[in-house]
Amino acid sequence: MAVDLEKLEQLLTNKLREKFGEAIRDITSYRGELTVRLDREVVLEVSRTLHDDPDFRFDHLSYVTCVDWSAQGRTPRYSVSWFLYSTARRHRVKLTADVPEEDPTVDSVYSVWRSASFTEREAFDMFGVIFQGHPDLRRILMPDDWDGHPLRKDFPLGGVKSFYFKRATDPHAGEPADLVQRIRRQESDI
Amino acid sequence: MDIVVDAPGKAEDKAGTDVLALQAPENALTKTLSEAISYCRRNSIWPVMMGLSCCAIEMMGTAASRYDLSRFGSEVFRPSPRQADLMIVAGTVTKKMAPVVRRIYDQMTEPKWVIAMGACSSCGGMYNVYSVLQGVDEVIPVDIYVPGCPPRPEALIYAIMQLQKKIRQEPIYLFN
Amino acid sequence: MATRVVEQNYSNIESMTLNMGPQHPSTHGVLRIILELDGETVTKCTPVLGYLHRAKEKHAEFKTYHQFIPYTDRMDYLSPMSNNTAYVMTVEKALGIGITDRCRYLRTLLCELARMSSHLLAVGTGALELGAMTVFMWGFTQREKIYDIFEFISGARFTVSYMRAGGVAREDYPEWRRRVREFLDGYMRTQEEMEAMLNENEIFLQRMIGVGRISAEDAINFGLGGPSLRGSGIDWDIRRDTPYLAYEEADWEVAYETEGDCYARFLVRMRELRESWRICCQMLDLLAKHSGERMNIDNPKIVFPPKDNVKKSMEDLIHHFLLASEGFKVPPGEVYHAIEAPKGELGFYLVADGGPRAYRLGVRSPSFINLGALEHMCVGELLADVVAIIASLDPVMGEVDR
Repeated sequence: MAVDLEKLEQLLTNKLREKFGEAIRDITSYRGELTVRLDREVVLEVSRTLHDDPDFRFDHLSYVTCVDWSAQGRTPRYSVSWFLYSTARRHRVKLTADVPEEDPTVDSVYSVWRSASFTEREAFDMFGVIFQGHPDLRRILMPDDWDGHPLRKDFPLGGVKSFYFKRATDPHAGEPADLVQRIRRQESDI
Repeated sequence: MDIVVDAPGKAEDKAGTDVLALQAPENALTKTLSEAISYCRRNSIWPVMMGLSCCAIEMMGTAASRYDLSRFGSEVFRPSPRQADLMIVAGTVTKKMAPVVRRIYDQMTEPKWVIAMGACSSCGGMYNVYSVLQGVDEVIPVDIYVPGCPPRPEALIYAIMQLQKKIRQEPIYLFN
Repeated sequence: MATRVVEQNYSNIESMTLNMGPQHPSTHGVLRIILELDGETVTKCTPVLGYLHRAKEKHAEFKTYHQFIPYTDRMDYLSPMSNNTAYVMTVEKALGIGITDRCRYLRTLLCELARMSSHLLAVGTGALELGAMTVFMWGFTQREKIYDIFEFISGARFTVSYMRAGGVAREDYPEWRRRVREFLDGYMRTQEEMEAMLNENEIFLQRMIGVGRISAEDAINFGLGGPSLRGSGIDWDIRRDTPYLAYEEADWEVAYETEGDCYARFLVRMRELRESWRICCQMLDLLAKHSGERMNIDNPKIVFPPKDNVKKSMEDLIHHFLLASEGFKVPPGEVYHAIEAPKGELGFYLVADGGPRAYRLGVRSPSFINLGALEHMCVGELLADVVAIIASLDPVMGEVDR
């Protein structure tokens, strides 16, 4: 059940250009995959259109992720990508929007696809991009008190500072104590 | 009160045991008793469930039908640390997980032993990154390290046999 | 039926918060769930992830394309062959190269064996958590046989690192094919025993039927994949709908159920085991038929030369050295490739910048997204059913946290 790429590209170009005009920057295909580059202001409306329009019916949001372009010196620094799939029509498309470093915000598509819940939280955790309108935008993989966003290019592989851990030795080693005291201390440690 | 049976003369070495270190001379009764206790301990090591990642699958494989860990008395994986005396740390310990591992270790009753299963829990393994603890021995003391990524079930069984050997050599404190 | 005799105002009774995990025997790894309970009914369920975050996506930016293959093994550590294949196919797509027929058959066979091993564990541990020990043991007996098969071809029991861009690490051989045949011949007996054991087991059915329902629209909206999606009546399988490898050439059917509860997801897994078995048998025949052909593609810039030749031929030595030390370069571009892993759609998003390392590698892992629907499924269910629901989603934490 091969999908006619050119037809879909034509359809996307016509419908989206008509509705959103210059906010749709370009539609390209590479290795058999379609990419729609668009302004970040229209992400939510485009998503809703693609979800509801009977010609597209992109009802399945596979994945949301982000790329940090700072190592290549590109501005704007981030780009967020949404991978859409249609279980009815069996076609795929990728939306990409640039997000500048000064104002790393983009609209959340949670109201369209609830699968965005975890993936947007992950992108926020790893890159620090804020998805406006997400009901519960917290860190998901790193601890809540973690400092920094690990997948940014300026974050080193080994981390910036190591967590401090109590060494495995008994903190009261060497202190004289009787049995009762020792057990009380153990209880309070646990 | 500490009564050291198996290693006479070692009682004063234990820090903080100032009460009545009764150095019982080795006799037939205490020798037999301590051997019996040691025999029971080393042949019924109950591990706590500490399957963290990939190694957990090999740990399950060790306990399951082919390798049958119950031949060595260690197949009773306890969900509660209170009922266990061995912790097989099977898998990568991340920095988020490390306090939990330490807590579960603290909740285990004495005497307790730890096997660091696999490269990750021994030294961090292939993950030298911001989120992974470089070896579980940074938070809890480890008795046996098992190399491999993941170790084969035979390696884990060998580690448990080594642990049995170690327990056999340990002194038994009858009252503590 | 019980009728409420005394009407009381319960509004001042607080709900109870229960912490499950991160080290809990029935959470399939280090998953932590914070449950809010009203009596025994779950009113809120918050999964807390990240206890096994091993920064694989960060690693990918520091390793060459071949060096990253072992890391993919340890994502979904129940089916490393599928992960290897998905990653390697993404790299091949970015490189713009194809693979030989024989390699396609071998990869399909191994992926399906991995699916069988993963589903056997899912069914076995699912039953174990509901109190049935036997199926777990039977499943593990078969899994050990699959591990033997993997070991005979790759050298490792399940962290295989077997696939390579443009081919595989080692070729298959007649003795190995004989062993696979032996396993496949003997497998169906266990399958029938397991089905007889569970499908007519009243306790098991009572615990599974009607629990953790999710409608078809919700299942799609939550982005579920694999057996979790097909249990809700969606007839969607990437293996059939965007065919890759040799699935088009095999005769098989997509298994799906319409109920959307835990039992439906369990049934889908059981039926997929049968379908995988069918595919394996056909692939084995095809593999035997093509046994004399070339396995890896003929491209010394990408594929490692055979180890024996490295010791004899100067050219091969140079190629081997360059590949091992520097790696091959991938032309700049962004590709996304998804395959049907045992848990659902496993996709790799590769941003190549023309160098020997990935600029960014994103992993769309099925377990991670499937867990997003956990709260929707659990709310309103009883506490004891949470375990059954987790087992029916079958998350693997290595893949959730990556």
